[in-house]
Amino acid sequence: MGLDTAKPLSTLHEKASYDVADFAVPTGREEEWRFTPLSRLKGLHEGVAASANVVVHVDAAPEVTVETVGRDDARLGRAYVPADRVSAQAYASFEKATVITVAREAVASTPTVVTLTGSGRGAAYGHTVVKLEPMAEAVVVLDHQGSALYADNVEFVVGEGATLKVISLQDWADDAVHVSHHHALLAKDATFRSFVVTLGGDLVRLSPSVSYSGPGGDAELNGLYFVDAGQHLEHRLLVDHSRPDCRSNVDYRGALQGQDAHAVWIGDVIIRVEAEGTDTYELNRNLLLTDGARADSVPNLEILTGEVTGAGHASTSGRLDDEHLFYLQARGIPYEDARRLVIRGFFAQLVEKIEVSELRERVLARVEAELEK
Amino acid sequence: MSDTSRVPSGSTLEIRDLHVNVADKEILRGVNLTVRAGETHAIMGPNGSGKSTLAYAIAGHPKYTVTGGQVLLDGVDLLELTVDERARAGLFLAMQYPVEVPGVSVSNFLRTAVTSVRGEAPKLRQFAKDLKSGMDALSIDAAFAQRNVNEGFSGGEKKRHEILQLELLKPKIAVLDETDSGLDVDALRVVSEGINRFRSNGETGVLLITHYTRILRYVKPDFVHVFSAGRIVEQGGPELAERLENEGYEAYTKASA
Repeated sequence: MGLDTAKPLSTLHEKASYDVADFAVPTGREEEWRFTPLSRLKGLHEGVAASANVVVHVDAAPEVTVETVGRDDARLGRAYVPADRVSAQAYASFEKATVITVAREAVASTPTVVTLTGSGRGAAYGHTVVKLEPMAEAVVVLDHQGSALYADNVEFVVGEGATLKVISLQDWADDAVHVSHHHALLAKDATFRSFVVTLGGDLVRLSPSVSYSGPGGDAELNGLYFVDAGQHLEHRLLVDHSRPDCRSNVDYRGALQGQDAHAVWIGDVIIRVEAEGTDTYELNRNLLLTDGARADSVPNLEILTGEVTGAGHASTSGRLDDEHLFYLQARGIPYEDARRLVIRGFFAQLVEKIEVSELRERVLARVEAELEK
Repeated sequence: MSDTSRVPSGSTLEIRDLHVNVADKEILRGVNLTVRAGETHAIMGPNGSGKSTLAYAIAGHPKYTVTGGQVLLDGVDLLELTVDERARAGLFLAMQYPVEVPGVSVSNFLRTAVTSVRGEAPKLRQFAKDLKSGMDALSIDAAFAQRNVNEGFSGGEKKRHEILQLELLKPKIAVLDETDSGLDVDALRVVSEGINRFRSNGETGVLLITHYTRILRYVKPDFVHVFSAGRIVEQGGPELAERLENEGYEAYTKASA
């Protein structure tokens, strides 16, 4: 994407630039900003200067190399070009970047856990590159905690035949604001698995995107969110199929409860002329547990070739199904227990896909805790 | 749970002048019926006569609005209770179209239901044993316990799953809503044997709702009631079922039209 400007640009992915000045300050009327409450970005979209840090701590697998590098490192910005104003601001503003490398054919024996801890109210910017060389395999966890006003970009560079599994937990404190782009660039026959869990924060706007540099790439993007009163949790996905015979599957599910709980899910998929044999499906489901919550769910599928293997999307937002509750209650299960069972079931098939068992337990425990609220 | 739940002998379900609306349309127009422990009552009638409405209204489905009457289980008016309270009081409804519950496994569901109805969690080993013997008796594959409730089940599997619940939950009164529909002869026999095991102790009452007489060859009723246009229009013994088998419901549908 972006790097190859000779190709006609899709209407779903109009612009990419490293230069903040190429993006106007959003007003909230733009398609890509219309769901986001800009006032709660606390200036991230208006060039607020960095005045705080998000502390990065990496607990790496022995097979993995971790470096902290300056802005001039040649490996930064190679896979991803910022696609909006805040992303470009983050790219222009970070001071140090974290580069995680898994060497050719290396198989990481344990998950590499990157803990990002916010500690203050000032703005902070960051940049992370996770690079898997050909045939490498690794699991990387991004664990966001604490209180922060944070914008960052994360590049996942997945080499030929490599397999990268990423789990990103947005487990922020209640007042945190986080705007982030996660971009994965998949080489020939690369496998990418992303699991996003967003629970905390006042406002989280996370944009996971995928592009392919060769055929045979396989991406699965899963997400789980639980939105409480007053929270704005937004996930904007973009899968850009520009090579033949690649696959993508998106499955995001969220539950919302409380006054002004707001979830936004945008699922953009582009299948370009040259991407014959593409197989893609995207799904978003929202469970509205109380009055006063709002879910916006917008899937967009732009198909520019007639030769696709599969292309589809589904979006459902609704309340708990009365028939489910009736069936369980008719077996003596009290309403509250029945409700918990159905909500747990709603997330269960997703949570099973979290590869790291401790994290799976942690996510389940957090969902349980949300249900007790 | 009160102590009476462990002493099911002598339980009685009394339906008194029950009137039920669905979306402001009166479907049940004064149903009177008493089912005692040890008795099996068959309710037969043409499609649209209100048989299923009776089943769901007793169980408390939110779509059905009771506009008059009472449903007493051992003197307690079930209509005053929530759906789950009715089940814990000893009522069971085997549904004609059991609902899929995504992400909830059969074993988790059954253990939760048994825990709720008994008021305490069953001993894990004993429960596993009961579940296995229950599934074996109904020719249900062991892998079934790990599947999600009713998800991707065939018609026969759904009905066997309903009867498995019946046998595990041991209610005082079971309402079986067209449990025979959609079953082939083999599945019908397996399901009927399950119902017969359930009622063999003589301490439970069964209200068997069906359109066809076929199941009554396997599950012998003590009483047969003909349902038409929202009420019982004729009552008799097993011989009434035979007459319906030969003559159909025509006489009753004409009469009510």
